[in-house]
Amino acid sequence: MKQKDIKLFTPLTIVLLIIAAAGSVAMLYRVFFGLGASTNLNDTWPWGLWITFDVLGGVALAAGGFVIGGTVYLLNWKKYEPIVRPAILNAFFGYALAATSITLDIGKPWAIWHPLVMWQVNSIMFIVAIHVVLYTTTLATESSPLVFEKLGMTKAFHFVEKIMPAIALFGVMLSLLHQSSLGAVFLIAPVKVSPLWYSSLLPYLFLVSAVMLALSMVSFETIVSSRVFKHNPPMEVLLGLARGSLIVSGFYLALKLWILFTGPGIGLAFNGSLTSNMYLIEMIIGVILPFLLLTMKNVRTQLNGILCVNIFVIMGTVLNRFNVGIISMAEHNTRIGVDYFPSWMEFLVTMAMVAFAILGFKLCVKYLNVLKLEH
Amino acid sequence: MSMNRRDFLKTAAAGSGALLASTVTPARAAMPKELPPEAVGILYDATLCIGCKSCVVNCKIYNNVPGGALYLQGRTDAYDVKPSEPFWDSANDLSSKTLNVIKVSKTGTAVNKDSMENGYSFIKQHCLHCISPACASVCPVGALKKDPVKGFVTYDKDKCFGCRYCMVACPFNIPRFEYERAIPQIRKCQLCYHRYAEGKYSACCEFCPTGASIFGKVVDLRKEAQKRLTLKQGDDYDFPVRTVDSKEKSRRPVSKYINHVYGLNEAGGTQYLFLAGVPFEWLGFNKNITDTFLPDLTWAYIAKIPALIAGILIAGSATWAVTRKRNKDKEE
Repeated sequence: MKQKDIKLFTPLTIVLLIIAAAGSVAMLYRVFFGLGASTNLNDTWPWGLWITFDVLGGVALAAGGFVIGGTVYLLNWKKYEPIVRPAILNAFFGYALAATSITLDIGKPWAIWHPLVMWQVNSIMFIVAIHVVLYTTTLATESSPLVFEKLGMTKAFHFVEKIMPAIALFGVMLSLLHQSSLGAVFLIAPVKVSPLWYSSLLPYLFLVSAVMLALSMVSFETIVSSRVFKHNPPMEVLLGLARGSLIVSGFYLALKLWILFTGPGIGLAFNGSLTSNMYLIEMIIGVILPFLLLTMKNVRTQLNGILCVNIFVIMGTVLNRFNVGIISMAEHNTRIGVDYFPSWMEFLVTMAMVAFAILGFKLCVKYLNVLKLEH
Repeated sequence: MSMNRRDFLKTAAAGSGALLASTVTPARAAMPKELPPEAVGILYDATLCIGCKSCVVNCKIYNNVPGGALYLQGRTDAYDVKPSEPFWDSANDLSSKTLNVIKVSKTGTAVNKDSMENGYSFIKQHCLHCISPACASVCPVGALKKDPVKGFVTYDKDKCFGCRYCMVACPFNIPRFEYERAIPQIRKCQLCYHRYAEGKYSACCEFCPTGASIFGKVVDLRKEAQKRLTLKQGDDYDFPVRTVDSKEKSRRPVSKYINHVYGLNEAGGTQYLFLAGVPFEWLGFNKNITDTFLPDLTWAYIAKIPALIAGILIAGSATWAVTRKRNKDKEE
């Protein structure tokens, strides 16, 4: 397919536009009427869907940017060059939306800049805030050649391309710290977080699972965009990503099992409570099943097999973030006697975030040389 | 298109130099672990509490003035109670409008005070003013702060941007958030520090008629609490009223105590101490709360960051140089 053949308005795009518009109204409502009017958050459940799905999930889904960026620019593994632009652009949208979501989630959105000037180095949240700002800037810089190319600004284009390895290194460093610090956010709460998830290794678990998710997310995008924009998927790249997934998911599975056996013990995972069932679902969908499927050669060398594994890993890892942020504290909080289920506005805003990301990505594919399609 | 080694190092250094420099000089790294020199606090003795809730009412009244923890300019009528008017409905939990609450735990017919058999016990819930407060350690903007001299934990609404990490971090679920307002604040007990300048102290203690809540230096409160545990049940004892060093005493027989001062070591120690006749877990204290200094758990990670930044930059640069050379060799 050529770039000019990409239609701006397809039925899916129109649905996404409607969701994005409705979600924007809900966002304005939240800003003017407060969190109590728009969400079901309360004193026992200070964090809900926006923090877990949009922020923790969104950042994890954006991990492809640093994994592929590092592979291409630092490991000089040129085989993956065709997917580096979409991976980084996708990461940029992921971070932009995570940043928007956290701005909406905090009590005073107009004070979002406070951590940048009021440093408090004991706080993981301060470190997370600094990372989000620096890394979103880094991703914008990494994506800027797309725009320079379009505008014919050759000098700027060559300059950024030339220093790209250094920018990529900076991005890798920020991401390694940022992905792990999102796990470290929960280190302070051993009283509340169920031992099924709580571990002093939480930062490393978040990092390893983010890398695992990154490989699947990039592979998933590559397959989907090859179908949507009708070009042949780069099979070599997909096979390589699948091999990477096999290694990382094997390591992550071993780490998770080691923590389970040395920590709370396997009994807690099978006691039939909501908490342990959610843990099992996360582990089976996100780790065990993908790992077993990937060990089979006829699955990991087949487009449909790879796609299937990718979907499992994406769902499982996002569920992990949701579990750590909400379900892990359910037993503690329910004992206090308060429940939480997201309001319709919380769902709508989250859906709008996803819609914005897809629409933005599509616009970039149409007008910028993201997929290196014919003009 | 490809970049030479010098350019690479220059750009990498420029990009991360500032970040690295700022991270290796942590201004006030790690949280305090010692009781501040002039630390003040409260001792609550559940066996003396009669559940009159005078502390709850007076907490609202005396914090609803400029400088108080419930004060909101232009909205003095917003908080349940006005000093001039009586009110008839009492709060059953902490909220953004209630910083101090009396709760009751009961079993069976609930006739025996401070007993687990057909009995009941009161408990007074508000901020414990931890020696190493998790809330202050996680606050990204330093809105929650521990006073270095007297040790009470204060809140600055102008710094706070409402991330609510303090609520997640507090093991006692103390900080509350004004969800109902579009310009919200965190609300929590600040030990009435706004009253110290005029020679006053925490309103809940000043208006406690039985001496169940007494205010004083934490070292004195600890001594008083430990002394009460050594008293013989049934003997008469002169319980101080309002403050630990008060001349005003209330003479009454000593009740049965659980042999434990809650807050001496919990969460690393708190400036609010408790005595009770029933197990503290039954009064709502989470059994998962250990004697660990909670901020240590995150500091273990944060302390590694400067080394990680340096390590990643060095390892990354080396990898880039090696793999680039290998690619070039292959091409030749």
